[in-house]
Amino acid sequence: MANMNPNKCPMPSQDPMVRNRNFSEVALGYTLEMAMEEAQRCLGCKHKPCIEGCPVLIDIPAFIAEVAKGDIKKAYEILSQQTSLPAVCGRVCPQETQCEGKCVRAIKGESVAIGRLERFVADWYRENCAEKPQPAKPNGKKVAVIGAGPTGLTCAGELAKKGYGVTVYEALHTAGGVLVYGIPEFRLPKDIVKYEIDNLKAMGVKIETNMVIGKILTIDELFEMGYGAVYIGSGAGLPKFMGIPGESLKGVYSANEYLTRVNLMKAYLPTSKTPIRKSHNVAVVGGGNVAMDAARSAKRLGAENVYIVYRRGMQELPARLEEIEHAQEEGIIFKLLTNPVEIIGDENGEVKAVKCVEMMLGEPDSSGRRRPVVKPDSEFVIDIDTMIMSIGTSPNPLISSTTEGLETDKWGCIVTNGDDGLTTRNAVYAGGDAVTGAATVILAMGAGKQAAAAIDKMLSGK
Amino acid sequence: MYKILQKQFLNPTVCKMVIDAPLIAKKAQPGQFVILRALEDSERIPLTISDYDKEKGTVTIIFQLVGESTSELSALCEGDEICDFAGPLGKPSNLDGLKKVVVVGGGVGCAIAYPVAKKLKENGCCVHSVIGFRNKDLVILKDEFEAASERLAVMTDDGSFGEKGLVTEALEALIEEGNQYDEVIAIGPLVMMKFVCKVTEKYGIKTTVSMNPVMVDGTGMCGGCRLTVDGKTQFACVDGPDFDGHKVDFDEAISRSSMYREFENRRREAFCNLMKKEAE
Repeated sequence: MANMNPNKCPMPSQDPMVRNRNFSEVALGYTLEMAMEEAQRCLGCKHKPCIEGCPVLIDIPAFIAEVAKGDIKKAYEILSQQTSLPAVCGRVCPQETQCEGKCVRAIKGESVAIGRLERFVADWYRENCAEKPQPAKPNGKKVAVIGAGPTGLTCAGELAKKGYGVTVYEALHTAGGVLVYGIPEFRLPKDIVKYEIDNLKAMGVKIETNMVIGKILTIDELFEMGYGAVYIGSGAGLPKFMGIPGESLKGVYSANEYLTRVNLMKAYLPTSKTPIRKSHNVAVVGGGNVAMDAARSAKRLGAENVYIVYRRGMQELPARLEEIEHAQEEGIIFKLLTNPVEIIGDENGEVKAVKCVEMMLGEPDSSGRRRPVVKPDSEFVIDIDTMIMSIGTSPNPLISSTTEGLETDKWGCIVTNGDDGLTTRNAVYAGGDAVTGAATVILAMGAGKQAAAAIDKMLSGK
Repeated sequence: MYKILQKQFLNPTVCKMVIDAPLIAKKAQPGQFVILRALEDSERIPLTISDYDKEKGTVTIIFQLVGESTSELSALCEGDEICDFAGPLGKPSNLDGLKKVVVVGGGVGCAIAYPVAKKLKENGCCVHSVIGFRNKDLVILKDEFEAASERLAVMTDDGSFGEKGLVTEALEALIEEGNQYDEVIAIGPLVMMKFVCKVTEKYGIKTTVSMNPVMVDGTGMCGGCRLTVDGKTQFACVDGPDFDGHKVDFDEAISRSSMYREFENRRREAFCNLMKKEAE
């Protein structure tokens, strides 16, 4: 008999007023008992709607059934068939719009806590099983992957499983991409990322850091080196700014820069050699997950007042629901229907305030979202000393500008044929943010997986 | 890891290192830079490539000890390895078709200006160089510039070497002599580049400057290196580091360059105290 409790088993978490002063993980994870209890809420539907919602097609009811029985090792094996980063996905996927959004239990009450269960299984395995994956029998073919972020690592893992010799070229000094430079420690501990990457290495994946492809080697040179295919997962690129006065003042960051300083360079540690501003009042412009991460990081670094400034309303915030709730609990102040028009500096060129206008929602635009319009005579000023722009990115030009025949669209995103990620260049595939523009970890992973299948098909002549 | 093959102090605060980095050496061109981390917990810092040898597979960097990161780097010895060394980054300097050029170098900026002068000479261009330093003790690369230039003016602020005065005075004198230059290439402190541009603007001579703003990743991701050029936001790491000097907003760049000065000073002092303690 299924557990008919309409609500998810709550996630144990650090107290909001304690955690907003530290960088330890917010959610503490289920115990085995909690996981088994929650797993029993799954009805094991025959038509498995949850799987349709998963970009990497995990057999969700099957792994949950094993959790319900208490066979966590078996559950892990089922997860591993479809994802190479389960501890990551369990933490950062927007489950409410994917698997959990399709869950039958969500019709009356809350969905099964699929994400929390995935996380539990991955964490349990890491803590209780020392077994490392084994390399597959080499098939003698080589593939180069550009970028050691979610899409590149997934593609590499899938190909390694099939016996390909995979080398991942990473521009930064550490593998992980956005998992290490973007998503903060309190949401995704870096030890977990390292563990998942070590697993890939155990499978035989080679990772070469400090390799900026497009500069040190071109794609053509990779082919000359004997790679049969190349997968481009170089990620999102340069941060966008609003184009309002004052964006060059001292104290204005892009979210990319702020988070890279905090996460990759560990600027939150007193011993870090990378500087970060000591802020009192911070405005973060934008409403996505990156904006929430930047705001919550600023709070943890000691800022008294941290504002999310977003031009639409609560309903339109693109961030994961959990991140919004966590931010609110931690005391982040939401200035919704608000748009900055000018950043004001002092005589030393430091940010001292931001001038904003109030917005109203008008008619829906082409994206279906109601278009924000300025409310007349609504100007007001917020005193701040730091401003963080989190309004998206435009693709990195380093590869497209050095690869002849690689087509990009008018936004600079690499053009592919859709599902399998083939670009306009023979044997060159691409996926993740470099193709879609800024999106989620799991969509990037899905693209990496599909491209791996297509690369395998091409190289094995199937 | 990237081995330090040679290390030499050119003056008390400027250090030269030859690094084993064959893949970077193979691709390097004048004007490009590397991002490095001396140790595993060091900051990422950008340094312009000062020379390279494609056959030996080496890249030369010359840097001034300004903060903790450069002090850490300078504390490494021949035979030691640099933890991370990525490049060649940025667009190469465009030196094609230049027939007569003034290369202006200021302080440690001469380390970057020199390979430009050398390359121009190889291209058959007539090079006049003006290099400036605060005093005699800080003069670097004088012989190298002499070899690469048909004319060389060395300026010091206090007159302890060469002529007393600023590089702008020597530059203006060369122009006033009636020399017709295709371009002036200025590499040095922001203030120097700003004033070189003021001089050349008056004479309508195209001027290229090499910008070295705060950077984190150096590959087109963080946006920390942004500048305003011709009223538009540009990123030094992917759009530069060379820009049309007459279009760069120098006052803004000067202001932004001081963003972390206090932190840098504090960390440098702490590092120096640590080294002193170790020496005792």
